[in-house]
Amino acid sequence: MTAPLPISLKVNGELIEAHVLPRLNLADFLREHLGLTGTHVGCEHGVCGACTVRLNGDIVRACLLLAVQLDGASVETVEGLSDTGEIADLQAAFHTRNALQCGYCTPAMLITAQDLLKQMPQPDREQIREHLSGNYCRCTGYHAIVDAVEATARKRVGRA
Amino acid sequence: MSSVSDRPSGLSVLDRPNSYIGKTVPRPNLARLLQGRGQYVSDMTLPRMAHVVYLRSPHAHARIVAIDATVAKAKPGVIAVVTGRELAEVITPWVGVLTHLKGLKSAPQHAIAVDRACWQGEAVAAIVATSRALAEDAAEHVVVEYAELAPVTDMRTALDPETPVIHPDLGDNLAFERNLDAGAVDQAFAEADEVVEAEFVFGRHTGVTLEPRAVLADWNAGEGRLTIYQGTQAPHMVQNIAAKHLGLDEAQVRVVCKDVGGSFGIKVHIYADEMATSALSKLLRRPIKFVADRVESFNTDIHARDHVCEGRIGVNKDGTITAFAIDDLTGVGPYSMYPRTSAVEANQVVNLVGGPYATPNYRARARVVYQNKNVTCQYRAVGHPIACSVTEGLVDLAAKRIGMDPVEIRRRNLVRDDAYPCSSPAGLKFEALSHHASLDKLLAMMKYDELRAEQAALRKQGIYRGIGIASFIEITNPGAAFYGVGGARISSQDGVAVRLDATGFVICQTSITEQGQGSESLTAQIVGSVLGVSMERVRVILGDTDNTPYGGGTWASRGAGIGGEAALQAAKVLRGNILNVAAAILQSKPSDLDIVDNAVVDAQGGQQRIELQELARIVYFRPDTLPPGFQPELMATRHYVPREYPFAFTNGIQASWLEVDTETGFIKLLNHWVVEDCGTVINPQLVDEQVRGGVVQGLGAALYEHCIYDERGQLTNANMADYLVPMSGEMPDIEVAHVISPTLETELGAKGAGEAGTAGAAACVANAVNDALSPFDVTITEIPLTPRLILEALGRV
Repeated sequence: MTAPLPISLKVNGELIEAHVLPRLNLADFLREHLGLTGTHVGCEHGVCGACTVRLNGDIVRACLLLAVQLDGASVETVEGLSDTGEIADLQAAFHTRNALQCGYCTPAMLITAQDLLKQMPQPDREQIREHLSGNYCRCTGYHAIVDAVEATARKRVGRA
Repeated sequence: MSSVSDRPSGLSVLDRPNSYIGKTVPRPNLARLLQGRGQYVSDMTLPRMAHVVYLRSPHAHARIVAIDATVAKAKPGVIAVVTGRELAEVITPWVGVLTHLKGLKSAPQHAIAVDRACWQGEAVAAIVATSRALAEDAAEHVVVEYAELAPVTDMRTALDPETPVIHPDLGDNLAFERNLDAGAVDQAFAEADEVVEAEFVFGRHTGVTLEPRAVLADWNAGEGRLTIYQGTQAPHMVQNIAAKHLGLDEAQVRVVCKDVGGSFGIKVHIYADEMATSALSKLLRRPIKFVADRVESFNTDIHARDHVCEGRIGVNKDGTITAFAIDDLTGVGPYSMYPRTSAVEANQVVNLVGGPYATPNYRARARVVYQNKNVTCQYRAVGHPIACSVTEGLVDLAAKRIGMDPVEIRRRNLVRDDAYPCSSPAGLKFEALSHHASLDKLLAMMKYDELRAEQAALRKQGIYRGIGIASFIEITNPGAAFYGVGGARISSQDGVAVRLDATGFVICQTSITEQGQGSESLTAQIVGSVLGVSMERVRVILGDTDNTPYGGGTWASRGAGIGGEAALQAAKVLRGNILNVAAAILQSKPSDLDIVDNAVVDAQGGQQRIELQELARIVYFRPDTLPPGFQPELMATRHYVPREYPFAFTNGIQASWLEVDTETGFIKLLNHWVVEDCGTVINPQLVDEQVRGGVVQGLGAALYEHCIYDERGQLTNANMADYLVPMSGEMPDIEVAHVISPTLETELGAKGAGEAGTAGAAACVANAVNDALSPFDVTITEIPLTPRLILEALGRV
């Protein structure tokens, strides 16, 4: 086993210095080293989307990245996006619409939905379904999630 | 019928001003989940916590000759390597049988296999280390010598004389058989104008809860107590069984269930590896955490279904169905799962086939056989999808044979809405169902006639769309007849304690649990409504055997109907207690007072007399100002279990509109409609979402989900890339509507809604596919309906 390597990165705006084993993936780094449990692990091989976080502005699967790759990077998790208020309206729409049941897929679902709305302010339902297709939800049947994202998009466009 | 005297004006406590019952209000517990601040077991850590990784058998059936852990034990971070034989010193094996399922037999199962592994994935050793990664590293150095045994993998030949018997002591591979013969079946078939037969095949699938199973067991040798943190649907059941097999008193075990990342019946069972984790904690005297990885989930989370069912229906030219007959075979893996057993699903198939129809003639045989694959057991809508697919598939085939519209044949045979109460040929008691009202509502929602016209027009253009309809009955609110009578210590009653605290806030402790269905919300809605307290002032505590009344938990759609009624009754008692206190303070009579908007008011006129927080202040801090001898009681507990009907049967109907691409075999779902009757609807949005989630789980089974084993008993698609679950891009919008027939057995009137979606989805998709393909004169009675299956049926591959 290789020795730990130093990394320096920003996570939710905070500067983090750490020594990590080269095999440590980003999801485990966030969860176990930083205690950021909002990033969930579902399939551990990039399929279910539950570990989605934002890396330098783009959404990525935290289970498919190694922490050592992130030296100098900026990572945002659901905790950060919640505290800045960036996704407050999406969260409110999910709450109102009951667009989550067990809530395990939800942080990643919100991050992915936010990514869509940044790229495409007025998506139709099919486009929403398409963009969220990498994030599995076993509870809701997706209908409510699509409703919540659609409602948020309408409100944002109305406000702009 | 405890409620009659409480409704002098024809109104119940549910009809009070500002009632939350029947209103869509947001769930109170969502904010933390939306911010990533939930607490799932996989998130938890404790001081001195170690991690366990299970080494699992690569063979479906093998004798364990020797295990050499010498090298592994010397690896960095390793605390212990424990074999099944060593662990058996601290935990006893179990046998998954219930006495009311006559003849059900199973073999003793150990927490970790002792001499023999019976499926690929059964744990053969535990590696405990300071981190999961180090435990996994060490696991690679545990050397197990196996002697492979012949695996029994094909359930169709499991009972053949030349097939090896998996557990020789049992004599054969037959776990359970049930036969039912009601009415005059032979005569009915003989006299029918037509008899149609088909063989229905249901693939194995599994729950794929997004959070894998996880357990953190903490034996505190100083307290002599074991705390088990686990995402379970039945905390008191886990408490009882852990105590029993670890040689502890029940009071020495506490089960804490915080947030649960999906359950669907997967997390209502006792898994060997979870029991092993508790045993390891006791053995090693420190907290041990086990989190299944996804491969382990696929290999060890219970699987479901895996049936072959031969069905037969007799029908007259006027559409009258004269008889149903089935012969069902299901394979359940090498053990009957403990403690709920793996025979319940087949039993339910026998119970439910033909259920919506008035046909008195019904014959059924169900056989449950052992095989060297992962165990199967109760998963969402136990037996319902099998029974519904067979029944509704046969009804459609009968309609086709006599040239009748699928709607018309149902209209002529569904039990009339005014025929209740009545019993089914299988002996089920129905209080009040609404098949015809539901059918009418469905046809209006989907605009059936317009859809048929559209279908005909498109067919001329070579576009093959189909309509499928499936009616069903659904078992909810199970009483003791489910498990208790069979000897399992699984509570059928639930309890709720409600108290008014010193600042006017209400605390409810309930024995039902929350996995996202909305148990917290419905409890708060009921209690708030009965007490006249706003929901913001109601806090619900659940999922902790130390801090909730004893009860069954949340499974088989029992939370609202049983736990909800307990909440209602407890709140009524507390309400009476509060009014007694108010009357003492106000020198009034309790009957002249009411509680509205967090304050005691005059029953007539509604003038506010005293706020609840002021009343509570007096009770807790200035009881000296109360009349002499008056003892206020601001806490009340009530328990409830249905007695008159062992189960609350509900009903529903679904329809699917889809397109089959006859070139590629792909199916595009276009619309899906559901009408269901769960009695009193406490929160419409939560019910609708339960139904939608259930539908999509049924659609997964219909189209994608399949645990594929090879002939050696190897699960070949144990990952989420190869095992397909529904994604948002392929799912349709799902319209849901309700017919409301409250159960009169409770004051609340609620029946369950959790199984309805899953019960009928696959059946109506299959019927729609066959409808779409009717010009090609093919009938497919197998799920999942993969493109290959469709192309094969069309003769294209």
